[in-house]
Amino acid sequence: MIKNISNLGDAALYCDFGTEVNKEINSKVIRYFRSIQKENIDGINNLTPSYNKLIISFDLRKKKFQSIKKLIENLDITNDDELESNKIKIPVCCDEKFSLDIKRLEEKLNISRDKIYEKFFDKEFFCYMTGFIAGMPFLGDLENELQAKRLETPRVKVPKGSVGLTEQFANIYTFESPGGWNIIGNTPRVIFDSSKKNSPNLINPGDVVTFEQITKDQYDNNNE
Amino acid sequence: MTITTNKNYFEIKRSGINTTFQDQGRGNLYHIGIPFSGAMDNRNYQISNKLVGNEINSPSIEFAFQGPLLKYFGDNINFAITGDVKFVIRKKNNVIEGSCYQSFTLENGDELDIVSTNKSVYGYLAVSGEFDVDYQWSSCSVNTKANIGANNGKKIEDTQKIYISKINKNLSNKKLNYINTKIENIRVIQGTNFNYFSDEGKNIFFEKEFIVSKLSDRMGMRLEGPKIENVVNTNIKSEGLIKGVIQVPADGNPIIMLSDHGTIGGYPKIGVVISADYDKLVQLTPGSKIKFKKVELADAETLFKLYDLETQNLISQI
Repeated sequence: MIKNISNLGDAALYCDFGTEVNKEINSKVIRYFRSIQKENIDGINNLTPSYNKLIISFDLRKKKFQSIKKLIENLDITNDDELESNKIKIPVCCDEKFSLDIKRLEEKLNISRDKIYEKFFDKEFFCYMTGFIAGMPFLGDLENELQAKRLETPRVKVPKGSVGLTEQFANIYTFESPGGWNIIGNTPRVIFDSSKKNSPNLINPGDVVTFEQITKDQYDNNNE
Repeated sequence: MTITTNKNYFEIKRSGINTTFQDQGRGNLYHIGIPFSGAMDNRNYQISNKLVGNEINSPSIEFAFQGPLLKYFGDNINFAITGDVKFVIRKKNNVIEGSCYQSFTLENGDELDIVSTNKSVYGYLAVSGEFDVDYQWSSCSVNTKANIGANNGKKIEDTQKIYISKINKNLSNKKLNYINTKIENIRVIQGTNFNYFSDEGKNIFFEKEFIVSKLSDRMGMRLEGPKIENVVNTNIKSEGLIKGVIQVPADGNPIIMLSDHGTIGGYPKIGVVISADYDKLVQLTPGSKIKFKKVELADAETLFKLYDLETQNLISQI
């Protein structure tokens, strides 16, 4: 299922599953990721699944590229039809205070904000990967009509909880961070909680996410 | 758990520029967006602990450029500083000029002034005892971006106190003869997007000098110099990063990922710094010249083995 394995530097494997970004390829990446994680292979110290790649980092004191490569090539990967996933609902407030780029999107996409929100809240998203900053989920896929590029000049500070769109994806800023996504709202839910040692991320690769619109009052009354 | 009633502590009179608790870092969290973190210069970090009789993976205080000024209260304790660092110890009646790779004893009321690093970035302070710090995922390493690790995941700040427990009563002094050497070339393995760059761009990367920019920190090192031209695509579909990866964004200026890097990125990877050269790389100050030298995987593996043996050898001399 892996098209090619090469080395990324001297202490990581670069597993290439293809060039397309779609659920099918990503599900393969996630299956490999979960299987390798379960194997608990001595020397492997990190796994990074993404749209269509899996990077396997290892401790160069214990293992070398060729030995890990052989291990991975000989792994038996479970290939169940359905990828196990959680269904998660995320409340989003679209008050003007939060929807920093809705006006820009209306102009760029040439559709009204009502239509943008209608389509957005109607959609079931698939979590392709998490990362860049701790817990940030990359959720797809948006239809062509809602696809816009990043801001030409990224914001120095995107507020925590911001929900943004770029190209075919939606994401959630788990921390205040620089960023260039088109912000359409904000969630009061805690998406990353480092005190939850075993599951700090609310949303994980393979999960299915829907967004639910809430009012400013509901947002303010959320005490999470 | 943190013991706050401890009577041995440092009071921070001046925190310095970027002073954090660090240890060996935390693994197996890239998939949720958390990098290794950990001491930038692993060799100097480990040596600092050995000089005070600690386990080599104990928490140390890492500082960059200007270090902290600390006043000590409590029972006599040993400390050691590693790197290339200027520091002084102010006692009631005299001032002692400090030297790295050697342990010194602090008495109640003494001040330790870590003035600055000399032509390097990071230095390490270890004490003969345990800093009372919180661990997350079995590491105290501070990641200020996600507020993970000791000190609520934040830098050490002015006026705060740092508590120390389990002071080692054996205060024999230790010393290591070691001088940090500068590195001439940073050796790299070709990256997975090497062919995204023009022939001229590839030549520039391995032939020309780059300058370390001021916009460098624990997350990344930005370089300035001749531009590296991309002839395929200035973006790739976002994918995993590791420390040492050299990305080239659309502006043609390379960025090297360091210990607190974002876990995924969408710029083409022209190369990866070999593991053996990482400790030396991070010590290059803004304005330093960098030249990259291409090596093959097998050479990189051998070079790391040698570097690691050398580190172990230094530690065993203490």
